[in-house]
Amino acid sequence: MIKKAFTKEHFVRGVLTAFALSSLLFLFLIFIFILIEGVPLFHKIGLKNIILGFKWAPTKGSFGIFPMIVSSFLVTFGALVIGAPLGLSCAIYLSEYSGKRLKLFLKPALELLAGIPSVVYGFLGVIYIVPIVRNYFGGPGFSLLATSIILGVMILPTVISISFDALVSVPKTYREGSFAMGATKWQTIYKVIIPSASSGILASFILGMGRAIGETMAVIMVAGNALRIPTSILDPLRTLTSNIALELAYATGDHRLGLFSTGVVLLIIIMTLNYIANFAIKRRVIK
Amino acid sequence: MRINPRFADKLVKIALNGQAFFTVWILVAIVAVICVKGLPYVNLEFIFSSPVDMGRHGGIFSTIIGTVLLVILSIFVATPLGVGTAIFLTEYTKESVFTKIIRFGVESLAGIPSILYGLFGFIFFVIKLRMGWSLLAGVFTITIMILPTIIRTSEEAIKAVPRNLRIVSYSLSATKWETVTKVVLPSAAPGILTGIMLSIGRAVGETAAVIFTMGSSLRLPTSLMESGRTMAVHFYILAREGISMQKAYATALVLVLSILFINIIAYYIMNRVVSKYS
Repeated sequence: MIKKAFTKEHFVRGVLTAFALSSLLFLFLIFIFILIEGVPLFHKIGLKNIILGFKWAPTKGSFGIFPMIVSSFLVTFGALVIGAPLGLSCAIYLSEYSGKRLKLFLKPALELLAGIPSVVYGFLGVIYIVPIVRNYFGGPGFSLLATSIILGVMILPTVISISFDALVSVPKTYREGSFAMGATKWQTIYKVIIPSASSGILASFILGMGRAIGETMAVIMVAGNALRIPTSILDPLRTLTSNIALELAYATGDHRLGLFSTGVVLLIIIMTLNYIANFAIKRRVIK
Repeated sequence: MRINPRFADKLVKIALNGQAFFTVWILVAIVAVICVKGLPYVNLEFIFSSPVDMGRHGGIFSTIIGTVLLVILSIFVATPLGVGTAIFLTEYTKESVFTKIIRFGVESLAGIPSILYGLFGFIFFVIKLRMGWSLLAGVFTITIMILPTIIRTSEEAIKAVPRNLRIVSYSLSATKWETVTKVVLPSAAPGILTGIMLSIGRAVGETAAVIFTMGSSLRLPTSLMESGRTMAVHFYILAREGISMQKAYATALVLVLSILFINIIAYYIMNRVVSKYS
């Protein structure tokens, strides 16, 4: 009887271990299969010709994705320019200024922004932001500017919730010490709280960047998808993610492999960003 | 010239107030626009009839069924895997290199953007495992995508269960598994449910990972090996190909309201848990 219970525990432990290992297996499979499909073309065409190549004409043997790498970073930077100050302000407001009841309403409301699907952001971007850009600033409207605005809004929930956590975790004694020295509330926030929470705030920006650079459907709809490096914020552009999503459905042969090479570059960029963000968050915890 | 600190303080307060409400205004504006533009075209007929002529006419019934099938099946696979992983990490091991590696895996999965899930699902399930564009390929891809959310929320929920409950259970000579199933999981259930609801919300709104694995056939899938179309994919195609603005708005309304509804339930459950333990 005792022995039976013992073996059942062993069985359960075995099954749970297998479940826990499944996440690692999935991660491994994702890496392996994107690499297997994506890397051969780097050998065939040459790493330099792909990463630094300017011309993307996959049916004619040109697989340059340099303009898309630049564009991906441009829209990410644009998203940060719009989303980071707004998000950080909201986080400061929530943690330092808002009353308890207001917070109870505001925080879930802001988190619901994260639930709205990216296609809806893209659609509203096409209907409202693109015409505004076209009419007031010129150009086709489908542009770096429109994409940055949409992505800026989309990264708000990430930036707000992670910098909020960082601000809230600043010890109360820091605030009291600062107030005791006669500092005003803003002086306390600016000189004491923000510096203490800086690594968490930084992490929120980096994770926001990760979200922006990986965003696909909204970007396809508002970016215009032109195959060149934009020379102004009113020019259309194509990101790494859009390149994959626009052509995957019909690509064959080397063309398809080229899309996986695009995926490899994207995967490496995202993993690096996430690693840096996790490092920033962990450092805060240790401190 | 030096600005008076007290004056600066007031100025900042006003500015921050403004920015916080601007952000809330964005959310309200998005929902309001979708409601105002979509509501005139949403009626029972729109919900219960299937798309005709690529969605130019008719409703969205087949895409609602496609969404429900994809989401329910994915949750069905992901929940045991995710909750099992969380139980393993919290109850069956101590912190070690092994758990660190698993946590690293989970965090990395959480950071991968949906288009790369689409790319992987396409090459692995659709092509290599020869599933074709099918419900099954979509289910497996979405399962992997939502797994990190379920694992992390379940882990938090299980960790929040007071230690005393476990000690009492062990002192009554319950085994570890009995303690987990009869004591820990029931107390952690609301938290786990929140994770599941958030995952459902994410899966319902997903496009990039679904369109390349489940495909976009407008017919109602009758088996796991058939392609189907979810509401989000349908909305994307309607809007991008300019098939019908009216139908696009109406689909967006149903899509956004379902997701908001699901997420509000999730936060409601979570708040009840938080107030119970604090």
